[in-house]
Amino acid sequence: MTIRFTINGRAATSEAEGDTPLLWIIRDDLGLTGTKYGCGIGMCGACTVHVGGRATRACITPLAAVDGAAVTTIEGLDPQAAHPLQRAWRELQVPQCGYCQSGQIMQAVALLQDFPQPTDADIDAVMAGCLCRCMTYVRIREAIKKAAAAMAPAAAPGASS
Amino acid sequence: MAGGVIVVVAGAALALAWRPALAPIAPPPAASFAAQQIARGAVLAGAGYCATCHTAKGGQPYAGGYAMETPFGVIHSTNITPDVATGIGAWSQAAFNRAMREGVARDGSHLFPAFPYEHFSRLSDDDLVALYAYFMTRPPVQAEAPRNTLPFPLNVRLLQAGWKLLFFRPQRDEPRADRSAEWNRGAYLAEGLAHCGACHTPRNALGAERRAQAYAGAEIDHWIAPPLDAANPSPVAWDVDELVAYLSTGVTRYHGTVAGPMAAVTRGIAQLPAEDIRAIAVYFADLAGAAARADATPAAVATALARGAAGSGRSDDAAEPLYAAACASCHYNGADGVNPLRPELALGSAVHLDDPTNLIQVILFGLDALDGAPGVVMPAFGRGLSDADVARLAAYLRATRSDRPPWPDLDKKVAQVRATGASAE
Repeated sequence: MTIRFTINGRAATSEAEGDTPLLWIIRDDLGLTGTKYGCGIGMCGACTVHVGGRATRACITPLAAVDGAAVTTIEGLDPQAAHPLQRAWRELQVPQCGYCQSGQIMQAVALLQDFPQPTDADIDAVMAGCLCRCMTYVRIREAIKKAAAAMAPAAAPGASS
Repeated sequence: MAGGVIVVVAGAALALAWRPALAPIAPPPAASFAAQQIARGAVLAGAGYCATCHTAKGGQPYAGGYAMETPFGVIHSTNITPDVATGIGAWSQAAFNRAMREGVARDGSHLFPAFPYEHFSRLSDDDLVALYAYFMTRPPVQAEAPRNTLPFPLNVRLLQAGWKLLFFRPQRDEPRADRSAEWNRGAYLAEGLAHCGACHTPRNALGAERRAQAYAGAEIDHWIAPPLDAANPSPVAWDVDELVAYLSTGVTRYHGTVAGPMAAVTRGIAQLPAEDIRAIAVYFADLAGAAARADATPAAVATALARGAAGSGRSDDAAEPLYAAACASCHYNGADGVNPLRPELALGSAVHLDDPTNLIQVILFGLDALDGAPGVVMPAFGRGLSDADVARLAAYLRATRSDRPPWPDLDKKVAQVRATGASAE
């Protein structure tokens, strides 16, 4: 059965078995290798992408589940890789080895959609599923707050609130 | 005693069993039906989700062959496209009406009550005309239904007459004077076309709905259809607004999103005009006694949010890291309130029901983009988590998100649900 979905705004189809992990399709078939394979059991967050705008672990999401859905990977987050979170990530030099970071950023984008000004408790709760073996958590939290400040309506040029 | 009952039932069945065939007709040309009737029939067929049962997995719409697992054996749905040989192409409007209202096929044979004619007996003449117009203008598909696996004597259609004698009470639309027109419209749709009781009302040993326990909840297709009456265990009452949101979008603020066999139902009902969806909501909100519980909503939400905060800090509970890694990133809600796209586990019925099946189903198999919140996916955690971990997670959610007693034998239950899910795919 042909599965149809969009990836980063472009139409995509796959003839793979419906129970193939979405992550396999993204990395091996579509060649988008920014999304990483971590634990393979949905426990580390490295494979986080967006499905319908919500953070989703691609390693345990069957391909069939995204039929008709819109998938966004780290490559599709911003055409210039200049999403406020990506900018904050660079400015604060968040990554160490970098392996978990695309998952961290995708999860953080979803976090800020739901919690535009997150408390530490919000960040801890929502980001806990994204593990970083280099322990960059302190900088991740800082970058999230920096991006939240940059994205706040009052911070946007010309905006008034 | 039992023998006497059997003799009486058999005798009555024979006396009443025989029904005449109705004369076959040449399939009426599509042009003989008014476009408006066809369009209305399409909406009604959607709201009765006829396609859900009358379409095999991956098959042509309405060509039948869908296998329904019943306690008695597997029954395959029939072809209701207007194919003359294998469908209903030779059926007159009268034959169609008789099938819908009395459960008798055109050739006079009795239909099994897996086809909810008990409910459809309530449908108005106008609605049956529209449904007939819709089905007779679908593309005919030649498809013979696979053989049912009902054992003898359950497979003897003549004996269905005995079942009807015992349990079938045709419904007529008799509006209740002490209720609003909106309520009565809701009752007509819910009891008739939408046949809600077919899943939400428990059945007796012979498969008939127990009328005295209408909407008390039941097991269906390896899911639990929760009670729709006051026994529904959700902390917040299902009021009109929540029901309207659920039935028209599949997403609610305080009751999570639609899942399992209900997802197709919601997609069908969502096609009804807004006032009809609201009428169904009014009917069930009344049945659940929602108005009397409205004042309790803020306290119930506050309690749930306090409970939902568990697992987001440091803890020695071995289940908490599982929850934190697997669930919290999507299901955590802050203190400010519940985001409908972050279904609050402490509010949904899954952790509060006596049976953990629904919670286990969703953890193991997730929700695809079509079900639940449209376009949004819940991953299938059963791919990563062992049965023991899923059981641990379910026990943890039960303990921290509800005030109900622990579920017994969770490990075994998880294994069972995993096995049924694998066979259903």
